[in-house]
Amino acid sequence: MQQKEYEKLVKAKSPKSKVILPLIKAFFVGGAICTLGQGIREIGEKCLSLDEQAAGCFTSVCLIFLSALFTGLGLYDELGKFAGAGSIVPITGFANSVVSPAMEFKREGYVMGVGAKMFNVAGPVLVYGISASVLYGVIYWLVLLIGGKL
Amino acid sequence: MMLNHLGKQTLVFPSRPSVLSYASVVGPKEGEGPLGNFFDEIVPDDLMGQDSFEKAELKMLEDACDRTLSKAKKLACDVDVYLGGDLLNQIVSSAYAARGLGIPYLGVYGACSSMAQAMLLGAVLVDGGYADTALCSAVSHFSTAERQYRFPLELGSQRPPSSQWTVTGAGAVLLGCEKGLPVGITHATIGSVWDMGQKDINNMGAAMAPAAHETLKAHLLDTGRDVTDYDLIVSGDLGKVGSSILRELCEREGLYLGARYIDCGCEIFGDDQGVFSGGSGAGCSAVTLCGWLFSRLLSGDLRRILFMPTGALMSVTTSQQGESIPGIAHAVTLEVIP
Amino acid sequence: MIYFRAFLVGGLICVTGQLLLLFTDMTSARILVLFVTLGVLLTVVGLYQPLVDFGGAGATVPLTGFGYLLAEGAKKAVEEEGVLGALTGGAAAASGGISAAIVFGYLASLLFSSKTKQ
Repeated sequence: MQQKEYEKLVKAKSPKSKVILPLIKAFFVGGAICTLGQGIREIGEKCLSLDEQAAGCFTSVCLIFLSALFTGLGLYDELGKFAGAGSIVPITGFANSVVSPAMEFKREGYVMGVGAKMFNVAGPVLVYGISASVLYGVIYWLVLLIGGKL
Repeated sequence: MMLNHLGKQTLVFPSRPSVLSYASVVGPKEGEGPLGNFFDEIVPDDLMGQDSFEKAELKMLEDACDRTLSKAKKLACDVDVYLGGDLLNQIVSSAYAARGLGIPYLGVYGACSSMAQAMLLGAVLVDGGYADTALCSAVSHFSTAERQYRFPLELGSQRPPSSQWTVTGAGAVLLGCEKGLPVGITHATIGSVWDMGQKDINNMGAAMAPAAHETLKAHLLDTGRDVTDYDLIVSGDLGKVGSSILRELCEREGLYLGARYIDCGCEIFGDDQGVFSGGSGAGCSAVTLCGWLFSRLLSGDLRRILFMPTGALMSVTTSQQGESIPGIAHAVTLEVIP
Repeated sequence: MIYFRAFLVGGLICVTGQLLLLFTDMTSARILVLFVTLGVLLTVVGLYQPLVDFGGAGATVPLTGFGYLLAEGAKKAVEEEGVLGALTGGAAAASGGISAAIVFGYLASLLFSSKTKQ
């Protein structure tokens, strides 16, 4: 049997993922996390009279704290099973991907375990996010330079 | 000249090495499954009071070996050779168990087919007169396999419906040359490695089914037997996806498996246990054999079975480098000796 | 009203992620990388700011918002400090979130252990 023919057989025999339900779940959980973020932001702006930038930072920190807590209690992965991208894509999912390896690898010690493995999953996000921002910054600088605005 | 060899890849054991004793130790989820009553021990907590899941896996294996030896009323020093396999890198669980047992040790690695590989080699040593007794084991643990092959436990991610659940459990069997015992090993077929280009690590059944198909074909051809000569043909962890592919592959060549074929991965968990395509892992076939299947052989419910677990022989590194997943299947014929 | 808009925008961004999960074989780590890079890119071409103005936290809380934060930070720092700002701006803007993740991650590893799933 050829590989192509076998691939067809595998496709036919493998169950299809449900589509509609996961999308709805992702929508509602993702939306709810963002709404919670909006609430925290308003508290920061109105009650703590933070400026826009500080309120954004306050929101991130609060959500990251909540995510770390729920991950620690073993609840965030349950949410992840239910919501999929709904709990992966928000900043809480980023925090979960930092906290979960930290917890997982503490048995290998606090330096080479927790310390080294903490960014096992989330490291690439920083590598690509920060690199992209630096690239943008350099291009923007060149544009300003050529435009004579510097 | 090969005296005890049939066809291309099947071994015959004229002395029929006997099964002296066997034992299985499983985790709580496996204990709640449909085969729960057949295991010797169901641990209430799969960390087993240890510092790490790796240590718990070792403890589970040690418990299974101890139970097997004490059932046969033997001490570790009475056993001539220990053959063990597991899924951790450098097959450490088996090596550390061997450290404790002090029995001359050969580590085997056939991924989830390790139990058959260990029994096959054990039968060769006993039948050839190189050992009077051989202890064979295989173990896997959900939480150690998960971190090695997938993600941290607390990472929130979804599993696709073709994915499988690693069985937490250890099975051990003691083979020996003593006569007068009810169950023995008569044949074994050494599988070759098959790779149909499958790369999806969330669909292991599809990667391993061709190997099971080839080994089954080779076994039947070499022995001149038919599917109906077996009460049961048992694969290890093809799961729902892989076993339905195996059925289809066999049917295309006129081999109808019907009710004579089951898969340990489909039997060990219930449909309500959230395991998608079924159980997997070296422990999956080991505990199903050392619990349910042996007890059915001893009760006379089954007279002859072909125990044929499959293994996926990739590593995390080869997967990340885009290599496809090679599969293997070894088969062992277990028979009630009249 | 802003709550409803945040819900809508955030939900839709997550739906995009779920579509990728369902129809590609991307792992969650790859999706996070894609989203943060996409966030930077959309900010650069000027498409993300309107989304933030409309959706508030719905656009800033998802990882694309992290990319937005990085890109805006780099831009502002370049305007103020020149080319060195390209290196410092992005990371500085995101430093609160990154440090929080490190500290809370470390604390969680001290307090909690991973548990087997059922």
